[in-house]
Amino acid sequence: MTTTTPPTPPAHTLDIQGLRITLPGTARPVLDGVDLTVSTGETVALVGESGSGKSLTSRSALRLLPPGAVVEGTVRVGGEDVLAMNAAQLRTVRASAAAMVFQDPRASVNPLRRIRDFLTESATLTGAMSRADATVRATELLQAVGLDAAVLRKYPGQVSGGMLQRVVIAAALMGDPALLLADEPTTALDVTSQAEVIALLAGLRARFGTGLLFVTHDLDLAAAISDRVYVMYAGRIAESGPAEALFERPRHPYTAALLASTPRMDGPRGRLAAIDGQPPDLRQELHGCAFAARCPLATEVCDQQVPLPVAAPDRPGHLAACHHSDRLEGSTVDAR
Amino acid sequence: MPDNGPGPRETVLEVTGLRRSYGAVRAVDDVSFVLPEGGSLGIVGESGSGKTTTARIIVGLERADGGKVLVAGRNRTARGEGRGRVRRLARAREVQMVFQDPYLSLDPRTGVEAALRETLRLHFPGRDHARRTRELLDQVGLGTRAADALPRQLSGGQRQRVAIARALAVEPSVLVLDEAVAALDVSVQAQILNLLADIREQTGIAYLFITHDLGVVRCVTDEIVVMRHGRIVEAGATPEVLAAPRHPYTRLLLESVPRPGWDPEAIAAARRAL
Repeated sequence: MTTTTPPTPPAHTLDIQGLRITLPGTARPVLDGVDLTVSTGETVALVGESGSGKSLTSRSALRLLPPGAVVEGTVRVGGEDVLAMNAAQLRTVRASAAAMVFQDPRASVNPLRRIRDFLTESATLTGAMSRADATVRATELLQAVGLDAAVLRKYPGQVSGGMLQRVVIAAALMGDPALLLADEPTTALDVTSQAEVIALLAGLRARFGTGLLFVTHDLDLAAAISDRVYVMYAGRIAESGPAEALFERPRHPYTAALLASTPRMDGPRGRLAAIDGQPPDLRQELHGCAFAARCPLATEVCDQQVPLPVAAPDRPGHLAACHHSDRLEGSTVDAR
Repeated sequence: MPDNGPGPRETVLEVTGLRRSYGAVRAVDDVSFVLPEGGSLGIVGESGSGKTTTARIIVGLERADGGKVLVAGRNRTARGEGRGRVRRLARAREVQMVFQDPYLSLDPRTGVEAALRETLRLHFPGRDHARRTRELLDQVGLGTRAADALPRQLSGGQRQRVAIARALAVEPSVLVLDEAVAALDVSVQAQILNLLADIREQTGIAYLFITHDLGVVRCVTDEIVVMRHGRIVEAGATPEVLAAPRHPYTRLLLESVPRPGWDPEAIAAARRAL
């Protein structure tokens, strides 16, 4: 970068531009030109099916990349490109600026150590706090996530999955991160505990202004909790925009098909509109749109040209990478 | 639900007063329900509700402390009934189960066709297995290419189709599906749910769906049983229970399903109050 403007506070806590990741032994990039932003205090959902690259995208914010990955593009956290950082800078980002909550809380903790050690470990190891200060902070955060300080003395095996996930969230907040990356944080939980964890995350955002990137396969959950949504397919962003517009008037056939294939409480009962076929294999090169083979609207151009994201005519923040967005919107409006 | 065909349907599965404790915990506490021939019943509840233990007792993977499981009028829980290879195979032909994880339910070293043929050989020695294998693969929408594949060469959805084909191979009257679509992607889940609906229509098999997903229950079951702490708190026709739940726990479950305008704060409060 050669800009000479004085440093201004970054508008986005996370700013991913043109991220392309190629793994050895594959015919196409696993991530292919991903652009994604999360602003301060914003909740962004990243939706996709297994293998779409949604987890890899969120992990790139901490530079948690698979071995042998060839990376292009920029991933800025708090304005700094994590891809260009040295080990010490990276450690600081991971310890304070951004934190991650994974799907399975039991896999995140050492079952042989008390919860107190788990919570205070990273703060004391980086020298940010003394052990006593860290314990005070941990107690505060446990209260914030609705747990009693008595939990500190317990072992992970002595608390339920929902409680442990709240412990993991408290641990993620120990370094006061401006960005919280949550990868399917409620998938392993019961529906009622899911509501509790979501309520907790929403409260933290309101209190601390934390930006939240919420990775999920659950469209209804994404619709319910997020300000903006990105839908990924085969390593590319298929569609992005405000949650309401995207779910009410999808402009990518993949989004529309996903919505139609979800069994929900207010739709018709009986047969679902399943999407035929499977997502393209990583061994398969893509010359056009990744969804073309399964798409009801696909024409010749879809097999030959990669569609670029284009804004909806009346909604500049609502982008879809589809050659036939306008046809789709007409057809769904007619169908309703 | 509208009745399928004329006249009342026969009961294929009848569970009465089922009980099972682990130490002081009553995992299953006086559970009773009936499943008609060709019917589809959903058992919903959260972890620890006893829904999976109930299913495992019905299949015969777990023993009940008390109560009865009758399949087509025959008692499956009586002591002395379960001994011996012949009886065990006979029981397996009544009820089959499909598990949640398609990656764990198949032997990694056995090809798809060989796995099906092994099941057929065990239950129906002396029949034409090659034809039946093709029929089964066809029924679950797998081509000849998948027939030669090893489990690791298949996707999650394809593996679950194999698990379903293997369960159908013994021609059971009841299929127990324990979170069988929970691990699948939405688009694949829809394919499998449609497949299950088609198979029920064609064969008249009855389903017992164990799930936490109310959207799935609404889509594929006629009747629903809601379990909590080992007990049935509400039961009835699926559309009615979901439209007008009577028990506060059923209402809480319904309100917990995410939707726009959803209030997780209120659900969390309701959960603590219950």
